[in-house]
Amino acid sequence: MPGSGYKGARIDDVDHFLKGGGIDTEREQDIGQHIGYRYDVNLLPDYDRLTPFLKDYLEFMGWDDLNWLEDVHMGYDDGQAAVFDRNINGWVAIPEEMELPDNQQDRDMIAREMLVKFQMSPDHPLVDLYKAYRKF
Amino acid sequence: MAGMSESTSTQMGMHTESLTGRDIKTKFTLENEGGFAYHFARDVDFNRRAEIDCAELEPTEINRRIRELMDSGHGSIVIRNPGAKHSLIVGILNRMNIVVEGSLGYFGCGLLDGPTVRVSGRVGWSFGENMMAGVCVVEENAGSTFGAALRGGDLVCRGSVGSRTGIDQKGGSIIVGGDTGAFSGFMMQRGRIVVCGNAGKNLGDSMYDGTIYVGGDIRDLGVDAIQAELTDLDRGWLTRKLNMYELLPAQGVDHFTKIVAGKQLWSYDNLEPTEKKLVL
Repeated sequence: MPGSGYKGARIDDVDHFLKGGGIDTEREQDIGQHIGYRYDVNLLPDYDRLTPFLKDYLEFMGWDDLNWLEDVHMGYDDGQAAVFDRNINGWVAIPEEMELPDNQQDRDMIAREMLVKFQMSPDHPLVDLYKAYRKF
Repeated sequence: MAGMSESTSTQMGMHTESLTGRDIKTKFTLENEGGFAYHFARDVDFNRRAEIDCAELEPTEINRRIRELMDSGHGSIVIRNPGAKHSLIVGILNRMNIVVEGSLGYFGCGLLDGPTVRVSGRVGWSFGENMMAGVCVVEENAGSTFGAALRGGDLVCRGSVGSRTGIDQKGGSIIVGGDTGAFSGFMMQRGRIVVCGNAGKNLGDSMYDGTIYVGGDIRDLGVDAIQAELTDLDRGWLTRKLNMYELLPAQGVDHFTKIVAGKQLWSYDNLEPTEKKLVL
């Protein structure tokens, strides 16, 4: 993965985890399962690649940059492109039919856009949790 | 539960299902599409402005009034006479502009998700703790554990901050115009800390991941914190970010030192997938 600095084997192919499921490390081979922490959490966003949706979102929120979305990247879980949603502590898989760009920066922008759409949806699990546990 | 039989663990009242890491997994579909705000967020107008005079109010009452104003559609609130009271402006999950005319005490602006807050004075311990998203700007100095466990958003202090800045940070950006104290970035897991001045001892001690940029002197580095090369992406991001908050040094950002985790303490690969998710 270009720009990746994770411990273990260095991955230069952006599609590595899509092609092989990403069972690379000794630990992953032991448990027979890909561990989905395989992207560079330190990769800074390239603001030249903002999508129109993200520009509108930032304007709506009144922010000058990506703010919390700077820490959102496209990861790969179980051989499938996915974005991690901290509000449900789980992965949200990108539809398989979606064609992914050939670089991590553009993929990250797509991940940010999809995560915003998912989190702001009335179907998001946080809506029910909020009803059940809100304190004020 | 290695080495523990199922019957033993059952007798102890413990569950025995395997930790597969696949229990919470959702597929995004276009039907999920929502707007720009949480479904439960209040619809506020930034042009509707209100003021709260805190001189005679307890913190609980001040926080309740902020929510009432939010419920009635006010998007801009001015907090007057905060008197360095503790735990003000907490748990707001909404876009919102809040201006504090004065200083805040301990645990101000904790658990925020969305608002933009500007504090004209100083703040006490643990300002911005666990913030998820939004912007908080402090015009003067801040106490210890500034941005503890920060998850996302920008936390800015134009002055200097105390020790353990960004302890256990899990995302977001902490920007300090002045100096930062000892053990800044202690056990940080991701996110960025930018210090325009000097950093105290044990900077980045036991950090797992994330990046620290320091413009001044670093007294010494903590365990497993190492210097890395400043890239063009770093320079571009630093310039952009510091410019946003009018903290860009006259000489630019080329003199900044970049600190990252040496990853000698990493044990992520020994974690089960479910456990690993907890650090994301």
